[in-house]
Amino acid sequence: MYINIENAEKTFLQNGKKFTAFTDVSLSIDKGEFVCLLGPSGCGKSTLLNTIAGFSPITSGSIRIDNKEIKEPSVDNVMIFQNYGLFPWRTVQKNVEFGLESKKITKEERRKIADKYIELVGLENFKKSHPHQLSGGMQQRVSIARALAVDPKIIFMDEPFGALDAITRMKLQDDILSISKQEKKTIIFVTHDIEEAVFLADRIVIMTPNPGKIKCVVTVPLKGHRERTASDFLQIRDKIFELFNMKHDESIEYII
Amino acid sequence: MKKILSLKNVIISLIILLAIWQIIFTVSKFDSALFPSPFQAFQALAEMISNGILILHIKASMYRFAIGYISSVIAAVLLGLILGRLPKVFRYVNPILQLLRPISPMAWMPFIVLWFGIGDVPAIVIIFIAAFFPVLLSTVSAVGGIDTVYLKVSKNFGIRQPQIMWKVIFPAAFPQIANGIHLALGTAWVFLVAGEMTGAQSGLGYLVIDARNNLRSDILFADIIVIGLIGLILDTILKAVERRILKSWGGLD
Repeated sequence: MYINIENAEKTFLQNGKKFTAFTDVSLSIDKGEFVCLLGPSGCGKSTLLNTIAGFSPITSGSIRIDNKEIKEPSVDNVMIFQNYGLFPWRTVQKNVEFGLESKKITKEERRKIADKYIELVGLENFKKSHPHQLSGGMQQRVSIARALAVDPKIIFMDEPFGALDAITRMKLQDDILSISKQEKKTIIFVTHDIEEAVFLADRIVIMTPNPGKIKCVVTVPLKGHRERTASDFLQIRDKIFELFNMKHDESIEYII
Repeated sequence: MKKILSLKNVIISLIILLAIWQIIFTVSKFDSALFPSPFQAFQALAEMISNGILILHIKASMYRFAIGYISSVIAAVLLGLILGRLPKVFRYVNPILQLLRPISPMAWMPFIVLWFGIGDVPAIVIIFIAAFFPVLLSTVSAVGGIDTVYLKVSKNFGIRQPQIMWKVIFPAAFPQIANGIHLALGTAWVFLVAGEMTGAQSGLGYLVIDARNNLRSDILFADIIVIGLIGLILDTILKAVERRILKSWGGLD
């Protein structure tokens, strides 16, 4: 497998007390897979994502990508944040070029690559705009273009559409799904939105809090583009609702 | 429309000020050598403009101010950027800064004159000290307050020191640094006059002392008006620059 997580645990010291963000996490992810980490807040899904991305080390266990232990962030594995992480003093063009500035390529090449991905996310008319002149959805597109521009192997997404309105969110879900297939990236996507997970994921990792743990992994049998209102989609969604004990048992008292 | 209104406000408030001045002059029993009328002050001002004395003093003052203020801003911003990234070191530096900060730069004046003599240097040093602490402290706090997501993104994309400093940390902190630079301008201008009153043989501050020694209260008032006007102009320029910066950073809409 491409990403191997074995018995990973992450603890913090909080006011002198040990706090376990997640424990006993073992998970393997294949190249090109779209995996959603799904769970309520406090289940450690974002912390887990941050450790896989190399932003903070695990306390015990191991996380290996391509057989290499993860110690620090790498330009091969790019994170996309909920609040976009764009630089307000740079234009869209310069923001997308940012990741390319550590690579040994010429200015023209940089511009060409940036142009390609700005077009891919449909913002070619906003190259000279600054982030604050764009809507939230457009800003997230810029950060997706910036991530793709460095041609990473893995893209981490930490509730990337959490701050967007429902319709913009669905549009971006469509886009990220087709981009992931087209660009053949491995994507690990954190969300607390069940429908979002069912729509996007090849596999859904369901996590529960206190302490953060993997409850189970659900393989989504839908291939390619999904219809949010189709019966097979709704079935899977229902199954996941059940796993979170969110479906109320039908009680005889309600039947007249 | 907004601009016309504010111009109207300025004119009316100036007229009120001159009227109060004139009334005090008329009703008070002061000799006009001790308390000149607005007309006498403006006559002195016109006289100093026409014989070229005023522009000489303004030039001397602006030269010192530019050197003292700009060098202070550069030194304070550079040091602030470094200290802002080293919070553990700053914990030991901060008490020293807090001890030095409330000391009026003028308290150092005897030493400054002993060490550097009189001339341009004392005023420059005084301005340097006056601008240094506000700029340094606002830079340190700006750097400490940078959104951590910027640093995460930089690390993720393989941007390392020293690039991360001028590509990310400095621009991210810049709006707040610019605010500190703007605030320090007023303080520095105040201390320019004070510095020139004791350590110089020219400049707007020296002119105050010179006018006093020659019992020319009309020149003294004219000088005070010029000091106020230049301070106002400098402040307006920096305010405009700061607004521009904030706007292109997305802070103003």
